[in-house]
Amino acid sequence: MRNPIGPLEFTRRGWVRLWLLAVFVFLYAPIVILIAFSFNQSRRNIVWTGFTTDWYGRALNNASLIEAFTNSIMIALISTVLSVILGGLLALGLYRFRFPGKPVLDGVAALPIVIPEICLGVALLVFYARVGWPVGLPWPLNLSQVIIGHVVFSFPFVAVVVRARMEGFDRSLEEASKDLGASEWQTFWNVTLPYMKTGLIAGALLAMTLSLDDFVITFFTSGPETITFPVKIYSMVRQSVTPEVNAASTILILFTVLLTVIALKFQKPSEGVG
Amino acid sequence: MSNGVPIVRFENIEKSFGSFKAVDGVTLDVPNNSFFALLGPSGCGKTTLLRMLAGFEHPTSGRVLIDGEDMAGIPPNKRPVNMVFQSYAVFPHMTVRENVGYGLRVSGVPRGEIGPRVEDALRMVRLEAFADRKPDKLSGGQRQRVALARALVKKPKLLLLDEPLSALDKKLREDMQLELVRLQQEVGISFVIVTHDQDEALSMADLIAVMNRGKVLQVAPPWDLYEEPNCRFVADFIGEMNLFEGRMLSADGGQARLDLKGIGLVDVPWDYPATSDVALAVRPEKMRLYREEPELGWVRLPGKVAQVAYFGDNSQVFVETSQAGRVVVLRHNQSRSRDEPYRTGTDCWVAFEPTDGIVLSD
Ligand SMILES: Nc1ncnc2c1ncn2[C@@H]1O[C@H](COP(=O)(O)OP(=O)(O)OP(=O)(O)O)[C@@H](O)[C@H]1O
Ligand SMILES: [Mg+2]
Repeated sequence: MRNPIGPLEFTRRGWVRLWLLAVFVFLYAPIVILIAFSFNQSRRNIVWTGFTTDWYGRALNNASLIEAFTNSIMIALISTVLSVILGGLLALGLYRFRFPGKPVLDGVAALPIVIPEICLGVALLVFYARVGWPVGLPWPLNLSQVIIGHVVFSFPFVAVVVRARMEGFDRSLEEASKDLGASEWQTFWNVTLPYMKTGLIAGALLAMTLSLDDFVITFFTSGPETITFPVKIYSMVRQSVTPEVNAASTILILFTVLLTVIALKFQKPSEGVG
Repeated sequence: MSNGVPIVRFENIEKSFGSFKAVDGVTLDVPNNSFFALLGPSGCGKTTLLRMLAGFEHPTSGRVLIDGEDMAGIPPNKRPVNMVFQSYAVFPHMTVRENVGYGLRVSGVPRGEIGPRVEDALRMVRLEAFADRKPDKLSGGQRQRVALARALVKKPKLLLLDEPLSALDKKLREDMQLELVRLQQEVGISFVIVTHDQDEALSMADLIAVMNRGKVLQVAPPWDLYEEPNCRFVADFIGEMNLFEGRMLSADGGQARLDLKGIGLVDVPWDYPATSDVALAVRPEKMRLYREEPELGWVRLPGKVAQVAYFGDNSQVFVETSQAGRVVVLRHNQSRSRDEPYRTGTDCWVAFEPTDGIVLSD
């Protein structure tokens, strides 16, 4: 016999299920189609003509695509590390210290989040031209312009996430640590940092994702030598949309999903930290 | 520890937060190997005083000495004291064993020594069975023990406890009170405990300092504090008290004659010079209830029972007297009889011996 539906058992109501289904279709259908058509034999993305993995071969043999992919990964890794360090320190400083002008800094730090990317891109372009940023450096130094651009817009996201995490921190933990004989640094390393870790990982994920798929700012700051994956895809699509693009995108999706899974694994041991 | 030097000495300590004086001229000694309680109402500066010992606050003026050594400029991690925090502050990402070993690890105790000392500390607070658990799998009382073990394992000269029992239920609190007293005797160092619970202070401490508004009013052993409070605030704060206001007419030869409002002339022991406005303070358990006017040389007041508060082992009987207002009398419930002779509305007499009262001039 079926139990009556409880007031909070929303997922057992028919219309709620339909609604959920609609939401999922809306969210994921484009991605599912993208992946499905990367296995399509036809050059056109409209009709299914048969299964093949040729496009993956093509994509992997496309030297300029691979180069763009490597650039993207390199940029994402370096800018994530820098963003996490800068964002984490900013969050810690804002959480920890009281100083004149703190509210101002608090507001200014979040500015890159709200400034339209296009403006940031133009600003960076002008800035690099103005200071005469060296060009034609060997790889990966030639990526520095893009990396700096990415750090500028992603470290505030890290700061915001870490800051939110620190709101729940019990300061007497730090006092207890010092009381037990730990120095300032030992306290940070053993007590504060483990608590921040969840926020830092979440922030890193965010920064990594933002960097991997950023188009606008990269478009303004990259040169012919430093094409990234999204920019490359854009130029490929402008010529013609082949399943090769689908295949490349699928690889990128796979890559980010993998990263997320790894990050979540890392987070596991600190479960219950509160 | 040199003999005779108190483990803690506060010399004229003042602490202001902005224009607000949280601690106002405290001079206080905590003797070696004692269980010392700081007792007072909320906001009177107890925690602030304790945090100055731990090094988390610095006095605005005055000196703090621990074992004869001036603590000015010595950071918390270099002080020979450890603290049990009100929130316990047990590290959530470490197991019980790691928590207890933390203080030893960060202060560079050799690895081989840490293990046995941690096991000893865990045994002392009876947590051996929980050594590998994370704090979120512990009850409040167990977390409290972790905090205790973590502080004691460092062998401090002084243990500070900030309202360590306030988050526990009554039964557990009573168990922990006994446990703390046992621990203090076992480790043989001074414990300074902050509490606003007078019963807790009376039952655990050897010496109690009563504070109000940043000042220490009286420092005394439990008996003295209860039976010989030195001012109205202490008398009223510790236990229940009936206060009869009046004037002192004369004082000599160890005796004073008082004229109490509504009662008249009484003679009480008094070894000090005469003062004018005084109050005679009488504890509820030193008062007796009678159905008829008793034939005694005591102070006798007719009245009517206004209210009875039943506590099981005893009852507080509030009597509205015509002469001296409302007084409270403690009655032990010595028989199981349901026929309580003093119900609300009963006419009765309250009597007490003036020598059981305390003369208060402040
Ligand atoms: N950091 C601070 N800044 C400003 N005022 C403070 C600060 N710390 C304490 N005070 C004030 O000092 C007074 C004493 O505080 P304290 O914490 O010592 O009280 P307490 O006796 O421990 O009270 P409770 O029993 O409520 O814990 C309070 O009025 C409090 O508001
Ligand atoms: Mg307090």
